[in-house]
Amino acid sequence: MLPGRYLATLALLALGALAVPAHAATLRIVMENMAISPAEASAKVGDTIEWVNKDVLAHTATAKNGDFDVTIAPKQTIRSVLIKAGTVDYYCRYHPNMKAVLTIAP
Amino acid sequence: MFVRLSIAVAALSVLTGAALAQGAKLTDPQIAHIAYTAGVIDINAAKQAETKASNKDVKAFAKDMARDHEAVNKQALDLVKKLKVTPEDNDTSKALSKQAADKLAELGKLKGAAYDKAYIDNEVAYHKTVNTALETQLIPSASNPELKSLLQTGLKIFQGHQQHAEHVAAGMK
Repeated sequence: MLPGRYLATLALLALGALAVPAHAATLRIVMENMAISPAEASAKVGDTIEWVNKDVLAHTATAKNGDFDVTIAPKQTIRSVLIKAGTVDYYCRYHPNMKAVLTIAP
Repeated sequence: MFVRLSIAVAALSVLTGAALAQGAKLTDPQIAHIAYTAGVIDINAAKQAETKASNKDVKAFAKDMARDHEAVNKQALDLVKKLKVTPEDNDTSKALSKQAADKLAELGKLKGAAYDKAYIDNEVAYHKTVNTALETQLIPSASNPELKSLLQTGLKIFQGHQQHAEHVAAGMK
């Protein structure tokens, strides 16, 4: 029984390693007090963005070119994986004065 | 209409200023009541705009105002409950409500582009007045640190609203 469980754990670990390629990183972008920080960030295709909304209001991260549109409820965190390269200007649809740039390398 | 609007704005500033200046120091229950009332006023204006506005940016702005002020007021209610504070009606709240009811009636008579412009101009003026009151009166007077912090968060949010309103107003000229 013990060896069985051990094997299963190993298998899970292997699967996890496969699912997350070694080079993929996670980048935290925080929305707090009606501002996005950092205002300029760089990432790569395959990286995960962790959108952290610390405000009591809903925010969005909406790409001007339509590449992404994420809604983040108050006090929530949303993760999304980047699938397309480019320099993307994005803003919050609810608070258009919240603006930032995300540069995504291929 | 322009003249009337600026008179109304001036009246609001004077009323707010006078009511705040005379009544010694505001207490936390009074401050909570004023802040909550100011939120309700903007929610009511937004609800009217959601049905009356024709410009899509104005309509979207009104939706944003209703969503945000409801969220902030919910925070305020949760806080007063937690602190076991009962918001207390006062002259400033009364003056604000009276002035807002008059404004709502005045806006209610307008239609189309004239309504859109009057609503958004009033939103710019109203947020300016509220932000000034927060900065110079309400935040400095608040004693409870949690109330003070909520008011400071509110100020950041409402400054964002003011910029948003100014942006929408500029796009309509």
